[in-house]
Amino acid sequence: MSEISTVKVIRCIVCPTGCEIKAIKNPNNEITFEGYTCNRGLEYATQEFYEPKRILTTTIRVENGFLPLIPVRTDKPILKDKLNEALMIIAQTVVNAPVKMGDILIKDLLNSGANVIASRDLGKA
Amino acid sequence: MKSYKADVLVIGAGAAGLAAAIEVKKSDLKVLIIERAKELGGITLQCIHNGFGLKEFEEELTGPEYAQRFINQVNDLKIPYILDTMVIEITKDKKIYAVNNKEGLIEVSAKAIILAMGCRERTRGAINIPGFRPSGIYTAGQAQRFVNIEGYLPGHTYVILGSGDIGMIMARRLTWEGCNVKAVVEIQPYVSGLLRNQVQCLEDYDIPLITSYTVTKIHGRDRLQGVSIAKVTKDYDRIIGSERFIECDTLLLSVGLIPENELTLQAGATLSQNGGPMVDNNLETTIDGIFACGNVLQVHDLVDMVTSEAKRAGKNVIDYIQYRYDKPVKKEEKIKCIPGENINYLKPDLVNKSDIESNIIFNFRVKYPDRRVIIQFKDEKNKVIYTRKKVYVIPSEMIELALNLKEIGVETTIKEIRIEVIPRPEVLIEED
Repeated sequence: MSEISTVKVIRCIVCPTGCEIKAIKNPNNEITFEGYTCNRGLEYATQEFYEPKRILTTTIRVENGFLPLIPVRTDKPILKDKLNEALMIIAQTVVNAPVKMGDILIKDLLNSGANVIASRDLGKA
Repeated sequence: MKSYKADVLVIGAGAAGLAAAIEVKKSDLKVLIIERAKELGGITLQCIHNGFGLKEFEEELTGPEYAQRFINQVNDLKIPYILDTMVIEITKDKKIYAVNNKEGLIEVSAKAIILAMGCRERTRGAINIPGFRPSGIYTAGQAQRFVNIEGYLPGHTYVILGSGDIGMIMARRLTWEGCNVKAVVEIQPYVSGLLRNQVQCLEDYDIPLITSYTVTKIHGRDRLQGVSIAKVTKDYDRIIGSERFIECDTLLLSVGLIPENELTLQAGATLSQNGGPMVDNNLETTIDGIFACGNVLQVHDLVDMVTSEAKRAGKNVIDYIQYRYDKPVKKEEKIKCIPGENINYLKPDLVNKSDIESNIIFNFRVKYPDRRVIIQFKDEKNKVIYTRKKVYVIPSEMIELALNLKEIGVETTIKEIRIEVIPRPEVLIEED
């Protein structure tokens, strides 16, 4: 195909204006973006088009804790496509109380370079 | 009966109560916090998603991390608190009665009180959905607590009524836990939460968002079997014949939050149209020495805004005790603040005339979305005293304006300020 075509429409979430940014393929197969109104919007659209990433926030089971679960997050965004795999690993993990906020509970999740860290302190039961 | 004494009593240890107590503690005053739950932190503890703290800490935190930072400060400053204790009465002379299962009934007397009880969710009763009362119907926040703190899933297949932020965030959370969220149903023609949540919680997982629809019937006697939804007109009347059935075992309601003010009312304070206490620009209620901040005053979009409001309340309480407590009452003349065209509610309700030379923070929400508008302040004679352009307004975004009234030419003879959000007149249209 050698025509200009829109390959993806991205709704920008950087601010409440919510621009619709189009990823457009030109005849030379190069991708350009249209519809953004600021540089942060362009950055967001570029990231979202080539390599969408998300911070994963969930919980991990705790033994002997004041509560049965500890809330956790990845310390960096991970690939959106890897979220399900990551959740399966986290679901199989159990940690022991006490836990401190920032403690690394899973190191280098799926070789992503991101660690799963505790979001709060959790004392013993 | 055991009794306690403090200069300042803070009711509630959520984001508002903690920040207010920490602010008060920066003076020499004795502050005490009373909290209903078994630990400090409030509702942010169950909001395990990220997006908190961008304003307050200039980094993106989860709810528990945000709470933990304040809890650590409370502990470092050795601020005393009583947990697992429910305040049951506040009196005008700033005494409170509370109960817990160790001491029974207790009494606390204070020179000033900061109300920081937060808000609660509207329930099925508030929106009158007909049908039986099977199990499987929860508010979104209740389900959030089950999933994120207690470790239970309320069901397997879900319909979520209401596209508020908690509803959309729960849609993603439940999907991540392996549940099937069949739809988010919204009565209004537009999504009521943040765009960011619509994109990252619904669109990322192809969860249908059905707008201009509402739940009209609950099916099932013991356990929920499904719900009927129907299209509504713009006056929210259901359109006969548009009903369809969605099979699900759980219905979550994310249909709004109400400031929790039973105690405030009982103390004799006046509430205003948003369900929060009427306050002046110092966040003082209509009862001398009782202040309010956070979601008990007005439901905020962001916890960061709760924190900054609570700090303001803390500072004002310090001033109150230093300059006004136990001194002859000076009759303060006040300017009434009135919500006008396309304003849902407005805070503060009153501005002290003696404060017009300082920055007054106005917060308000619009009733409906609009583009290319002006925000206009008028006096009681309909004279325009201030205008500002805004490209886009939506009900889900609280607007904040800090204004020095003296600088914009307001005289102390003014009696009222009416704020309105109206389309821009043709002559004013320029480039944004």
